[in-house]
Amino acid sequence: MTHMSVGDAVVVGYRCHVLRAGPYAIRFRTRSLVVAIVCVIAILSLGIVALGLGGYPLTPGAVVRTLLGGGTALDYTVVFGWRLSRVLAAIILGGFLATAGALFQTVTRNPLASPDILGLSNGAFTGMLLAVVFFSASWPVMALGAVVGGLLTASLIWSLSHRGGVQGFRLIVIGIGVAAILASTNTWMLLQVELETAMFASAWGAGTLNGVTTFPLIGALVCGLPLLTALMFVTPRLRQLDLGDDVATATGSRPVLVRSLALLIGVGLVSVATGVIGPVSFIALAAPQIARRLAGTPYLSPTLSALVGGLLLLASDVIAQHVLPVTLPVGVVTVSVGGLYLIVTLVQEIKRRA
Amino acid sequence: MTASATGSVRLTSFGRARVTLGLAGLVALLFVAVGLSLMVGANSLSPEVVVDVLRGGGSSEARYVVNELRVPRTVAGVIVGICLGVAGALIQAFTRNPLADPGILGVNAGAAFAVALGVGFFGLRTISSFVWLAFLGALMVTVAVYRIGSSGRGAADPIRLTLAGVSLGAVFSGITTGITLSNPDAFDSMRSWYAGSLLGRGFDVLIPVLPLAGIALISACSLAPGLNALALGEDIARAQGANVARIRVGVIVAVTVLAGTATALAGPVSFIGLMVPHVARWVFGVDQRVIMAVSVGLAPVILLFSDVLGRVLIAPAEVPVGIVTAFVGAPVLIALARRRKASTLS
Repeated sequence: MTHMSVGDAVVVGYRCHVLRAGPYAIRFRTRSLVVAIVCVIAILSLGIVALGLGGYPLTPGAVVRTLLGGGTALDYTVVFGWRLSRVLAAIILGGFLATAGALFQTVTRNPLASPDILGLSNGAFTGMLLAVVFFSASWPVMALGAVVGGLLTASLIWSLSHRGGVQGFRLIVIGIGVAAILASTNTWMLLQVELETAMFASAWGAGTLNGVTTFPLIGALVCGLPLLTALMFVTPRLRQLDLGDDVATATGSRPVLVRSLALLIGVGLVSVATGVIGPVSFIALAAPQIARRLAGTPYLSPTLSALVGGLLLLASDVIAQHVLPVTLPVGVVTVSVGGLYLIVTLVQEIKRRA
Repeated sequence: MTASATGSVRLTSFGRARVTLGLAGLVALLFVAVGLSLMVGANSLSPEVVVDVLRGGGSSEARYVVNELRVPRTVAGVIVGICLGVAGALIQAFTRNPLADPGILGVNAGAAFAVALGVGFFGLRTISSFVWLAFLGALMVTVAVYRIGSSGRGAADPIRLTLAGVSLGAVFSGITTGITLSNPDAFDSMRSWYAGSLLGRGFDVLIPVLPLAGIALISACSLAPGLNALALGEDIARAQGANVARIRVGVIVAVTVLAGTATALAGPVSFIGLMVPHVARWVFGVDQRVIMAVSVGLAPVILLFSDVLGRVLIAPAEVPVGIVTAFVGAPVLIALARRRKASTLS
């Protein structure tokens, strides 16, 4: 935020309140703040409900008591030992995915762009399958395979689309081409392995919160927090790019660098999330759009997207685990919920125009 | 597909010669592909043996291999290829989106959903039952997509239809994954169906789909001049006397039947429909009549070559044709996108 002296309203161009404390200042819009608070409350309440659901049900009151240090020893084990890491993983990693989605959509200026355009989910699945086939079906190996696969694919697509700067359209087309090859590879590998392995791999490949423990979650936080910190410095410069590359350059921004940094952070966040819960689709696609519509912002806010993403993944997981008659990977639920959401927006749009 | 480039669709004599030569070359290639498809496989036969069998001679073993295995498979390849190529050309001209493939209206998702239902809940296992289920599923989902995409005022808007297809496809694919992941038998059948294959499609399933596909193909060809007019924009097309609404409905019906036939027969082999019209436009220009004619020739050639390649890659086992086509098609798409003016395609 080195351009403060010019005056925020001029650089950013959106009406907002400024809260100052000494040399620090926070800008916020009233409606965004309200949406953020509502999201936080919803996440907390749904989280408490989710902590109580399962084979050994607890009332929300008992959950809160246990969280505050009371309750029986069994309650303590159930909440802290069994369920807390899963709920936290849903909230935090949902937030990571949504933030990455906001970055991708902002950079490509395409509401349908998600980390998938860099082949991340197909590449991650390929890497994971290779790891399962050639090494073992244990979590660290699969996670490593997924992260390496995703990153390699992303860099391949990036370098293929690089011709004197990366341009959104070319990136999307090449991403689709590479993704098609990877998807075929995945189908082929699934055909080659045993049925059990294939089903296990497919469940993980759809994205699942089953078996998330504390250790990988802490690992994800250690990797993710530096990325989020870096994002705090990149976001204002991204907004500057909304003015167009020429104006942005004239006002001291470096569009190519900013765009690359934003995509790099997005790729990093998605890789971290993929390593822990597998390639969960749709959160990155829909959460930023939902957040934008809720808050009425003209841009995609990473913070609000993260809150909506966390809520969305948590809700999808509750549906996947407790509402449906069969237990499914959370990724399966997010795809269907996502499609329905898109249809609803579409129908609303048509009604508005008619 | 810019409007300015489409201004003149009357071919120069040079362009006409190029198209004639190109089509003649394609017909020759198609003969080569058909010949290879009859000869190559786990039990390779020499050209003389194949010709002998086709004339009614040959050993009983050679007769079985050619007549029972390779002829139906080759016929299926030609039908699927033609359907996908024409459907791809239609949908790209219609949506004016170079990324649209024949599956974009929800055909593949609907077919997969119906097949998963049949396998998961009714215990169906034979390919002939899959064919009808897939066809039915494709039709039903496309009708739903059309209903969503064209609700409100006016004729179906291509952008809305695309979005409706993508989103409804996502919903159905999620449910399909759910069904297969909770049912090992369904998963096992679906993972081979998804790969896309021409193996074991006999005349018992080929002949019933032929009349419908033939009608759709003929109506597709009659739509080509209208699509040329539509490329200039809706208003100019109307001024030229084209019936925009009728063209659009015709395109949707034709694409649904053609892509539905292809998916029903071979499973989701989408890449052919995406790349062939691009190559046609790339080499022969933007006249829809030419693009369609070239697609009719080129698509089965690529599909048959991919199929033959799949038979020899890891012989005696086979790589399903749907997997090979992505490896053949995607590099073409990437090369296309890396061209200097790739962005003006949209």
